[in-house]
Amino acid sequence: MGLLTRVKLAGRNIVREVMKNKVLFLMLLPVLLYFLIFHYAVMPGAYVAFVDYNLNKGIFGSDFIGLKNFEFLVQNGDLWNITKNTLLYNIVFLALGNIIQIVFAIMLSEISGKWFKKVSQSVILLPNFISMVIVGVFAYNIFNFNSGFINTMLAGAGLDRYEFYSDPGIWKYIIVAFKIWAGTGYGMIVYLATITGINHDLYEAAYMDGATTWQRIRYMTLPILKPTFILLLLFGMGGILKGSFDLFYNLIGTNSVLYPQTDIIDTYVFRSLVGQFNFSMGAAVGFYQSLFGLILVLVVNFIVRKIEPDSALF
Amino acid sequence: MEKTTIKQDSGSLIVKGISYVSITIFALICLFPFALMISSSFMNEQEIVREGYKLLPKEVSFKAYSMLLGNSTQLVDAYQVTIFITVVGTVLGLFMMSMAGFVLNRKDFKYRNFFSFLIYFTTLFSGGLIPTYILMVKHLHLKDSLFAMILPGVVGAWSIFLMRNFMKAIPDSLYESATIDGAGDFRIYWRIFIPLAVPSLATIGLFSALGFWNEWYNGMLYMDSPDKFPLQYFLQRMVNQTNLGALINSGAVINTADLPTQSIKMATAVLATGPIILLYPFVQRYFVTGLTIGAVKG
Repeated sequence: MGLLTRVKLAGRNIVREVMKNKVLFLMLLPVLLYFLIFHYAVMPGAYVAFVDYNLNKGIFGSDFIGLKNFEFLVQNGDLWNITKNTLLYNIVFLALGNIIQIVFAIMLSEISGKWFKKVSQSVILLPNFISMVIVGVFAYNIFNFNSGFINTMLAGAGLDRYEFYSDPGIWKYIIVAFKIWAGTGYGMIVYLATITGINHDLYEAAYMDGATTWQRIRYMTLPILKPTFILLLLFGMGGILKGSFDLFYNLIGTNSVLYPQTDIIDTYVFRSLVGQFNFSMGAAVGFYQSLFGLILVLVVNFIVRKIEPDSALF
Repeated sequence: MEKTTIKQDSGSLIVKGISYVSITIFALICLFPFALMISSSFMNEQEIVREGYKLLPKEVSFKAYSMLLGNSTQLVDAYQVTIFITVVGTVLGLFMMSMAGFVLNRKDFKYRNFFSFLIYFTTLFSGGLIPTYILMVKHLHLKDSLFAMILPGVVGAWSIFLMRNFMKAIPDSLYESATIDGAGDFRIYWRIFIPLAVPSLATIGLFSALGFWNEWYNGMLYMDSPDKFPLQYFLQRMVNQTNLGALINSGAVINTADLPTQSIKMATAVLATGPIILLYPFVQRYFVTGLTIGAVKG
């Protein structure tokens, strides 16, 4: 059968299917249109990374300059710096975040007071609900030079005020602290759900056999949490080049003094758009981020499929 | 024998003790910024300037709130914008996503795997911020339109799959018998499926509404007119702005020298968070259900 006939047949099949299931296609249409416009139509636009973008000429009318944008980013060292920062922050967020979430989930599962459990769980989950803008306000409230809470305390104790907003070194700790602060409740509940899913008889049996609490945690709870932990870690790896733009932008804003230690890929791309109108340069970084993200997801999925075939994404 | 029992008890007591103490401390750390923000919003401006933000102010002042609520048409605008995008975005999103989830779960729908992959692939690769910006502004002409804050977040691939998974629990025979009785596909969706899917609609609607309520990013990117700024972006500008008079005032006469610059920032933050904190106890249950369902298996 010739290719043309085959295409024609397939086309006829699709048409017949659409005619038969008109209503279902119509119901799917809004979502399909959404993804076609806001995701698929945008993808060819990544080409802007390879041109010298001119607003009037449009993306495909601008002069093609190949990899020049990328070369420039590598040469001025920006690409390396933001990649390094993004990677390091995400590794710390993932590792430290998950460990703290596991520890709190185990502690919460060990205590028996029902009321205490409920209230503390609600309180720890609360930071999940607020916008990062509010987190930015909190940071201002605590660290600002003239009236920030810490400086109020320092001044009250007769010590010198500390200029947080001009010390790049300290912000990596502040950012990590806020990230942990905001994310612990969410992860804790995910792990807690896994723990409460454990068959209670197992614990009873261990108790009868004389296992101590430590032994129970060490030899039962932790091994049961391990697959969830590995899975969350691996999935996190897929997004390791994506930054928490919300958090970084609201804490750092446009304070360029802090950039060397706090600039990540997403804040860089954002600035090249809003501050400098350097569309091509920003798009080059964005393209690099998307492409590596895709490769990472594929690699991670390959690994997940090897370890836990059921949990692989595709 | 007795020795091991004693050992076990003391071990579990230690674990329990450590757990209670650590959880209490962490919970207090979680609450602290909220408490500081609220108490700072009630502080007297002179005390802030002299001594800084405190947990326990010497004097309680309502000036920041009376100034905000008395004069600010911009705050009212921002509230209106946020409520508008939250309601429209959530309702529109739920409608679109539940229909898609319904269709993608139908076993008699031939191309469901193809369309599922089409949706799923967008979570793997994206065009990026700058091509998106060019599309929104140059081709869709959405600059300064409220829809620039609604459309990008109206549908989420993840939520569609969550919806589809919820629907798996509804037996196919229900559809079949409805079809035999002569009900069309949309009728089955609207009359049978929607009433059964209320818990899943509530969960996803909640996530969605929270996203719109906290929206500031698209507001910052696409909105030009101050009367179209959403609440969170209004707040962000206020915190970063030293000249508050320009932001607050719209018509009313304010003595800028007398303006409680510092406490007003915190009062705005309280007002922007308020509805969430008030609703929190009621919606938290759904939120936890959504979290665990979403995480245990997507």
